[in-house]
Amino acid sequence: MTTDDPQARYYAGIKMIRYDLVKEFVLAFVAVSLVVVGLSGVFSSPDDPAVTIQTWATKDPVDFVTTAASELAYQSGTAQYGQPYTNTPDAAQAVGPIAPQQWAGATTPIDTAKDFVIQPLGFAAVGDPALTKALQTYSSAGADQQQTWLTNYSTAVADATVANDEVSVAAGDYGPVPDLMAGMLGLARTGALDGLLLSSGNLYQTDFTKPLLFLGDGNYLSGLAADQHLTGDQWGMMNETGQYPGQTWLWLFSFWYQIPPFNTASNTDLVVILLMIVLTTLLALVPFIPILRDIPRWIPIHRLIWRRYYRGR
Amino acid sequence: MRDANAKPQAESSSWTLAIRHLLERRLPLTHLLPDRQPVFVGSWVYIFGVVSIAGLIWVVGSGVLLAFFGPQWWHQSGVGRFVNSLHLWSVQVFFVSMVLHLWGQYFMAGWRDGRAKTWMVGVVIFAFSIVTAFTGFISQQNFDGQWIAVNAKDATNSAGIGSFFNVLNFGQMYGLHIVLLPMLVATLVGVHVLLVRVHGVVKPIEKTRSANPSSEESAS
Repeated sequence: MTTDDPQARYYAGIKMIRYDLVKEFVLAFVAVSLVVVGLSGVFSSPDDPAVTIQTWATKDPVDFVTTAASELAYQSGTAQYGQPYTNTPDAAQAVGPIAPQQWAGATTPIDTAKDFVIQPLGFAAVGDPALTKALQTYSSAGADQQQTWLTNYSTAVADATVANDEVSVAAGDYGPVPDLMAGMLGLARTGALDGLLLSSGNLYQTDFTKPLLFLGDGNYLSGLAADQHLTGDQWGMMNETGQYPGQTWLWLFSFWYQIPPFNTASNTDLVVILLMIVLTTLLALVPFIPILRDIPRWIPIHRLIWRRYYRGR
Repeated sequence: MRDANAKPQAESSSWTLAIRHLLERRLPLTHLLPDRQPVFVGSWVYIFGVVSIAGLIWVVGSGVLLAFFGPQWWHQSGVGRFVNSLHLWSVQVFFVSMVLHLWGQYFMAGWRDGRAKTWMVGVVIFAFSIVTAFTGFISQQNFDGQWIAVNAKDATNSAGIGSFFNVLNFGQMYGLHIVLLPMLVATLVGVHVLLVRVHGVVKPIEKTRSANPSSEESAS
């Protein structure tokens, strides 16, 4: 390096030593390769199969039927979610007047009764006079009548019994709702509902918004997640199925969901997102923030890092 | 006869020459591939950045194989499962070493002497790496990916991101994960490394010096 070299000026007075960067990288790469191949060979990677609607309807038919009824009654989580799925008033999370969830509107509109129940049953009703009649009865009834049937059924289904793969409720004024739910259950158990919720008129499909929202509205999926310590209040964001490491780097994001007042707020997600944006910005701007940029000088970890250099002077 | 003024005029208006001269001045090969370093570089802390890059190479290499054979491959093939394992564990190595590198640089106040840009690009790499990994976990097409998508939608929707970044849309997440985000991370890592080579490694903290990035001499 010459004297007009800025690095030479910067390091003036400091002893320069031979250092082989390429060799260092190659050795590091070999070491990393051994670790990665070794860990992969010994521990492999997790791959618990995804839950299908067919599995859900087979393993927990009461939860499935309860959820389907709530979709038909517009009482499910998705039906009352707000943007981007619905325009439900006051459903969006907000911090004071700031509600970014509302800004773009319902860009992925979901009509839970139509999309999750009525339309799929329309396909199932082909060649099934009983189901066709139940659909016609339901569709031709007034909104109040539909709501009465659904309210009665949703109350009764809490004590439902399962026999011969059928969900039975006590006798009551449910109109055609039990027939519709039986149709949904049958459709789901064949696996057809998985495909019908995915279909949007195109042969190729990659958007799983509808089936995942429907699955998420039930308790079956979240119950399985809780068993694997994957829910939000179980540090789930950074966990993986089994004993594998997941996204451990999300520990701080996950941390806020474990403590008050965050874990009891109705706008937890938005508050945590905003908080993490602020913290990440602060981290990027550390060089310009007094105190934060001075901490390394006060906590002498650098004395440990450069101990040989300090000792040798 | 040649016009004596023609050459300087042509050179002064040449963008190509301007860039070449800038590179020769700011990033000579002796800086890009130096064979000598200041004596304080002999510390274990410098290895974390190199290990991060080595981990990233494994992440990208295994990811290319997974992308080539398609998202179903690793669920159905033993070889595919092994390549997926390479991807998972190299991601873990990448993040562990990157976090250690970040904390190491923090306690070394690595932004001093005109190196604030290097620090800031590093933080941006960390943030985009998290988003890249997040889209990868969603793209697994298994129970873990399914649950992460269902659970994470509330956070993205609450922030208004969900209207254009739909975590339930596998096609969108997979596309972002295997093309756009890795390209972004790899490009930023390249910029980060170049900035390190342009400025050289920062000198050890002295008792009388400030940690202000612009208060001291710069090698830029």
